[in-house]
Amino acid sequence: MSQFITGNGWLQLALYMAVLLACVVPLGGYMARVFQGEKTFMSPVLGWLEKLTYTICGVDPDKDDMSWKDYAIATMVFSAIAFIVLYFILVFQNLLPFNPQKLPGLTPDLSFNTAASFVTNTNWQAYGGETTMSYFSQMVGLTVQNFISPAVGLAVLVALIRGLSRKESTGIGNFWVDMVRANIYVLLPLALIVAILLGSQGVVQTFDAYVTAHTLQGIDQTIAVGPAASQVAIKQLGTNGGGFFNVNSAHPLENPTPLANFIEVLSILLIPAALCYTFGVMVKDKRQGWSILAAMTIIFVPLLIFCVAMEQGGNPNFAALHIDQMASHLQPGGNMEGKETRFGITNSALWASATTAASNGSVNSMHDSYTPLGGMVPLLLMKFGEIIYGGVGSGLYGMLVMVILTVFIAGLMVGRTPEYLGKKIQSFEIKMASIAMLVPGILVLIGTAIAVMTKDGQAGIYNPGAHGFSEVLYAVTSAGNNNGSAFAGLSANTPFYNSLLGICMLFSRFWIIIPTLALAGALAAKKTVPESAGTLPTHNVLFIATLVGVIVIVTVLTYVPTLALGPVVEHFNMIKG
Amino acid sequence: MGAVFRNSILRLNPLYQARNPVMFLVFVGSIITTGIFGVMLVRPDAIIGGGQPLWFVGLITFWLWFTLLFANFAEAIAEGKGKAQADSLKKSRRDVSAKKLNKVTDRTKHLSVPANSLRKGDIIVVEAGDFVPADGQVLEGIASVDESAVTGESAPVIRESGGDRDAVTGGTRVLSDWIVVRVTSDPGESFLDRMISLVESAKRQKTPNEIALSILLAALTIIFLLVCATLLPYSLFSVERAGAGSVITITVLIALLVCLIPTTIGGLLSAIGISGMQRLIKANVIATSGRAVEAAGDVNVLLLDKTGTITFGNRQAVEFFPAPGITQQQLAEASELSSLADETPEGRSIVVLARKLFGLPERDVKDLKADFIPFSAEQRVSGIIINERHILKGAGDAIARIVAQKGGSVPAEVTVQIEDIARQGGTPLTVAENSQVLGVVYLKDIVKPDIKARLADLRKMGIKSIMITGDNPLTAAAIASEAGVDDFLAQATPETKLKYIRQMQEGGELVAMVGDGTNDAPALAQSDVAVAMNSGTQAAKEAGNMVDLDSDPTKLIEVVEIGKQLLMTRGSLTTFSIANDLAKYFAIIPAAFATTYPVLGALNVMGLKSPQSAILAAVIFNALVIIALIPLALKGVKYRAEPAAKMLSRNMFVYGLGGIIAPFIGIKLIDMALAAVGLA
Repeated sequence: MSQFITGNGWLQLALYMAVLLACVVPLGGYMARVFQGEKTFMSPVLGWLEKLTYTICGVDPDKDDMSWKDYAIATMVFSAIAFIVLYFILVFQNLLPFNPQKLPGLTPDLSFNTAASFVTNTNWQAYGGETTMSYFSQMVGLTVQNFISPAVGLAVLVALIRGLSRKESTGIGNFWVDMVRANIYVLLPLALIVAILLGSQGVVQTFDAYVTAHTLQGIDQTIAVGPAASQVAIKQLGTNGGGFFNVNSAHPLENPTPLANFIEVLSILLIPAALCYTFGVMVKDKRQGWSILAAMTIIFVPLLIFCVAMEQGGNPNFAALHIDQMASHLQPGGNMEGKETRFGITNSALWASATTAASNGSVNSMHDSYTPLGGMVPLLLMKFGEIIYGGVGSGLYGMLVMVILTVFIAGLMVGRTPEYLGKKIQSFEIKMASIAMLVPGILVLIGTAIAVMTKDGQAGIYNPGAHGFSEVLYAVTSAGNNNGSAFAGLSANTPFYNSLLGICMLFSRFWIIIPTLALAGALAAKKTVPESAGTLPTHNVLFIATLVGVIVIVTVLTYVPTLALGPVVEHFNMIKG
Repeated sequence: MGAVFRNSILRLNPLYQARNPVMFLVFVGSIITTGIFGVMLVRPDAIIGGGQPLWFVGLITFWLWFTLLFANFAEAIAEGKGKAQADSLKKSRRDVSAKKLNKVTDRTKHLSVPANSLRKGDIIVVEAGDFVPADGQVLEGIASVDESAVTGESAPVIRESGGDRDAVTGGTRVLSDWIVVRVTSDPGESFLDRMISLVESAKRQKTPNEIALSILLAALTIIFLLVCATLLPYSLFSVERAGAGSVITITVLIALLVCLIPTTIGGLLSAIGISGMQRLIKANVIATSGRAVEAAGDVNVLLLDKTGTITFGNRQAVEFFPAPGITQQQLAEASELSSLADETPEGRSIVVLARKLFGLPERDVKDLKADFIPFSAEQRVSGIIINERHILKGAGDAIARIVAQKGGSVPAEVTVQIEDIARQGGTPLTVAENSQVLGVVYLKDIVKPDIKARLADLRKMGIKSIMITGDNPLTAAAIASEAGVDDFLAQATPETKLKYIRQMQEGGELVAMVGDGTNDAPALAQSDVAVAMNSGTQAAKEAGNMVDLDSDPTKLIEVVEIGKQLLMTRGSLTTFSIANDLAKYFAIIPAAFATTYPVLGALNVMGLKSPQSAILAAVIFNALVIIALIPLALKGVKYRAEPAAKMLSRNMFVYGLGGIIAPFIGIKLIDMALAAVGLA
């Protein structure tokens, strides 16, 4: 006997979606004002800090407009410096302060992997936080990246939106101004609020050394502590996902209560969803933002429900053994392996879906232990290219790339040179959009092939058969789409995987950013064609359906063989018994 | 037909195939499977065969080659059709000798040279009976020219220097008199030559949208190439881990690749482009570039000349308004008399109307023994004198002046009527007998009966129509509202036209216009799509990017439709091609991994007989679909005037949804057929 979703489960899912969508307008509208340089209620509080930063950096926010090339150079140089600084902090961690546990410096390959991971907003962790990172590395190294890497994503997105809304312009804004505004007005205040809320729930925040407890068995147990609340807040909000502790938000000091869990899982999709509204406001046509949000939601919700249902359904082989898997007052039922009892099935599956839909990658349960099809949902959500809400900034610019490709195909079908928001989509735009679309697919397919073909790659695979394949596929998919969640079961802290995945993360981030900025520049330079009855509407149900269709078809066609050889085989093997 | 088959095979030349990355990949794949088949012929158990039966590899190879041939076939048919039309145009350009002059002034001293040695700027003379050897501009003289070879119109036309009709086309024949012509194109660069190159695939340049689409298709091809290439390591790994089955064979990988890459659109792309141009030739329009045709589909503002396009170009009498005390019949009779000798269309229309309304008898002018007063620019009236009856008709103020001289006056009612007619966009013609004003004839600019519907169609497609006229704003507004144009430009001069177009373009609009005169050239050059009338001047033709051989100003609307249809066909077949892949996966993936993971048989939703027949069925379907869609590629997706949203929903339904479903049925049927002949 298996079960679909419990009544309580439905209620929690509905509550989550309702609260998430209710935040879209206020937060999205606020961000639009911030990025357009308008006054907000935060201006009197933080305006001085913004001005001070400009004075120190010598930037004039009203005059210094950048071409897309300048913007791209600024993005790359900034990220390169961030990468190098982080790399050396990690390698020489033992020589730096705030290291009460006297943790040694990281190996070069792990430092490379971790620096790539945090600079690219992936936050893949090939290490266990409490046994590897000093407080200094966590706070000065990683947390700084947790703020600036999503800010880079926001900056690139805002540049693309400007490209779509400006007419015959050479500039797409100023990278430094966008970075400063993203941090000061969006990420810092939100992180502060969430950190305080989490602190109130008991998430630990201290600089003290680890605590030793005497257990009932009479042995000493070391309990890792640290400045977690402040880190967890931005880890969730910035779609970073790199946990303070090894087990991430499954850890009781990182995610202690159901309320803390709700706040954290809400924080994952908060900014990415609200950005759709920001987009609508900035292009002066809110319907465009709503239709994109609708397309994301149409893909997300069914997959979320499917994931919860698969987990609640449990393993059919247990039913044959007369093991009761029904939810009751005494048990959550379904597949509870790898899940925390304080969250249960619904909140674990919700988190798994949200964290992979956004490029967050934090976890509150172990995805490796999901049923084959339940575990395929996070995998599939990542394979969409992290555009179903997606990363902060990166999700929407990735989605806009798909919108442009959809507009191109659909636009041809109505007999006009395709146009989006009045901008003609021609060969240069298609070239850039194609590159951005191709990169994750290329990385995942080739990366997985290298891993399963080489001795070093195979050495890390613990599980036999199709599940071993799924684990490698999951890891490369996670890195190749800048997600950062892990399927476990794969020994990834080896020079081979550190290098392979590090390279995947860097390519995936920057080979999408550069074409996206090129796209922004090309679009900004174009005239805007006025709307008429001959214009393909991009805000109605038909277009939303077409967009969803194109995203699903492109993803499915790219990954059907890999999914078939991994989770699908596992599933059929399981039901065969 | 034989030429088409021969052409299809000749196009298997690698250099030719390399022009199209999608089909080139099929080409390379076919060569590899042919190699495998060859090896297996010698050693059936060769490792490269992967244990597949020989007949299977052979059949896959056979169908891969046919996939290529079918694509070539489509292209050859389209090209053949286009060429046949172009050839009939070309026939007119027979090798004639030209009479080249050294000086314009002395046309008697000419040198006989072959036509193809003429260069731009050469001066030639063409005399009665000669063929015009090249496109050119008449510098001197006047001649009647038979242009039937180019336009199909048998009535000769007048070509003369200086006016609006100074262009001559190569291949036409001078019937009488002579003209001195300056050659305006080098050999191989005339309009006709450029048009012919648009329907020859080897010379054809891709249009901007076609380039963009090719990039997208290349991107998809790269993805599928990777999907198939990485499947080999995945399969090796899976076989090793599962400890069962055999590794996927190269033959199956190539079959999968060919099925997945967008061969349907890739194979038909050039046929679609060629047949679009061919449809244009069929409409008797010559384009200088494919780009212009595509741009025609994009235009959102059409500038239409009032005269000839929206109205018939001559005013006609529609009603008689008698002055107080006069009956309508009296006015009609007087008007008829005054117009009997008037050979202008307006005059004739008055006679016709009067006879129709009151059944007046036919009478011959000669029997009346009357004196006619012809129209003079000075008096601005015309009329007739019969037995002391001086009947005059003319503009209101002219008649008023004459009547006043004779001691009469214009009744107030008539003045009101005159103003009324003018306000409605008509021309009032006052009729007077001696000193008495009889009334007013309402002459109307007749709007073509079908134009309103066509303009409404344009509006549905989101195209604004703008009427250009030299009339005053009042008249223009009345006609504009009757014809249903969106806007008008009254009292237009070449300068105001140019300014208007620039203004539109600054607002992001793409503007199309039709023109014929030299004074249209600047505006034509400025517009994004410019159709010049064949009857027009050389300057207009050079400024335009299309020439309409029929000199029909409404042709522009047809050109827009052809442009749109071109893009729609490409988009629809792309969607169809990609949507097809879903079913092919369901056919091939379970079959390819049948030995490693028999559980994947659950994905064989079509219930295909055996792994071999499944893969073969997918490959055969993929090849046959190209053949099946050739007629659609040649004819183009049906175009209807309707808003974009509606058009998208229908095409999405037919080609998107249809593209997903059709191959499930097709592959199943082919599989059943294969099983029936024992190939499963």
